[in-house]
Amino acid sequence: MKFERFGLGILKGMAVTLKHLFRRPVTTQYPEERLTVSRRIRGNELIWCREKCTGCATCAKACPQGAIEITTGKPEGDRYPVEKFQVDSGYCIFCGLCVESCPYGALCLSYEYEKAKYRRKELVKAKEELATSAEKQPSGYAHPEIEETLPRQTLLLNRDKSKK
Amino acid sequence: MSNLAPLPPDWPGGYWLHWGVFVIIILAFVLLTVLIFIWYERRGLGRFQARVGPNRAGPFGIFQSVADAVKILTKEDIVPAKGDKIVFWLAPVVAFVPVLMVFAVIPFQSGALLADLNVGILYVVAVSSVSVIGIFMAGWSSNNKYSLIGAMRTVAQVVSYEIPLGLAIIGVVLISGSLSLTEIVAAQNIPFILFQPLGFLIFLLASLAEINRAPFDVMEADSELVAGFHTEYSGMKFGLFFLAEYAEALVASAIIATLFLGGWRGGVLPPVLWFLIKVFGVFFLIFWIRSTVPRVRIDQIMGFAWKFLLPLALINMFITGIEVVLLPEALPWPIIFVNLAIAVILVVVWSKLFKLGGGRVEV
Repeated sequence: MKFERFGLGILKGMAVTLKHLFRRPVTTQYPEERLTVSRRIRGNELIWCREKCTGCATCAKACPQGAIEITTGKPEGDRYPVEKFQVDSGYCIFCGLCVESCPYGALCLSYEYEKAKYRRKELVKAKEELATSAEKQPSGYAHPEIEETLPRQTLLLNRDKSKK
Repeated sequence: MSNLAPLPPDWPGGYWLHWGVFVIIILAFVLLTVLIFIWYERRGLGRFQARVGPNRAGPFGIFQSVADAVKILTKEDIVPAKGDKIVFWLAPVVAFVPVLMVFAVIPFQSGALLADLNVGILYVVAVSSVSVIGIFMAGWSSNNKYSLIGAMRTVAQVVSYEIPLGLAIIGVVLISGSLSLTEIVAAQNIPFILFQPLGFLIFLLASLAEINRAPFDVMEADSELVAGFHTEYSGMKFGLFFLAEYAEALVASAIIATLFLGGWRGGVLPPVLWFLIKVFGVFFLIFWIRSTVPRVRIDQIMGFAWKFLLPLALINMFITGIEVVLLPEALPWPIIFVNLAIAVILVVVWSKLFKLGGGRVEV
């Protein structure tokens, strides 16, 4: 005689749920702890390399939102001096077309993904804010030469509990 | 209240002073415990589902229900244009007040706070079944099909489960020989859950259905009826229904603790603390069941009440009566084991006999 239909099934189920009561929660308490991000992430922060840019403005033409504003001076040799390079990341849809379209590899996306700001003004990025820094390194997106140096896929198991 | 004229000696101050003070204490106790219960259930359910639960407002999210209450108070109060306005206004009150009234007789320690009725448990059963009228008024006055269907389900369910509930109480009353909650607790040198395992099971399941909790929460089955009877309610009127739901859970936990778990009796700790520990324990069992068992169909619910709980409750009452009449002085332990064996056998046999739709519908 099987007793599953006579209440034993429910008791078994309740034992299972009780076991889960003492499990570690699987959720990540986001602002306090965050998962270790894969190195192969495509972040959504734009990086602009002053040395490689020739001022051709292909990125501004490729941008579906018209978020990139670029002004150049008189040509010097094979390049235009870039007087103004400004990205309004409030309009940016993070499609990455500017990075893909750049013929000189001057644009990259970084690893950063937390781009929310409290003021609209802060969303407009000028030349200086788009340069690389210690925390801001180009990711492998649309740059095969960088991608080769990255490790293979990393698991998202480790949690970083430090406050940022 | 049989003797109004002579003041009971242990009542501090005059009669009305005592009355006023303890009404306020009970109100505060109910509202505070309901807020704690909401937090306790959400945290507990979270842990059951390997989540953390609310943890933002205050330490361990303990002020979450306070924040929810503030939010609900500031919401717009919407009354449906074609609804029955007066009944719509009255329904939350009718649903909530009877639940509050039950606390007058619950013994937190030796002696009830407000009224030590000699028919305490009868009063509890009578008063607590009034609140279903409030729910039906809500469903009717909303002029909304979901509300009406939810309310009709509730009425059918609650009226059906009243009967096994009452019969399960009779088993306890037979053993203790009194309808007074104080005397029922006083009679429990051994908690009645041991004498009445089947009665406890029936009472637990029937009261789960009475308070419309999972797995018997068809009245607000959100996958079928938007929110059941309170679909059209918003603001504090919805808040009162929410309050009434958790206050009913508190009542059910308190009655189960009183009838079957020895009420305020216990060892070293003060009686009130024992009572609260038992109430919170029973409520843990209630939301443990909620986290485990999926919702059942309405035909399963009705069949379960009439074909399973009612006959078992009758048999339980019969057996208890025989034991009380024939073996009043018998040692407790043989009776405990006999009752446990009878409970297991009856549950297994009756589960085998339990059919829906003459066996054509899957149980």
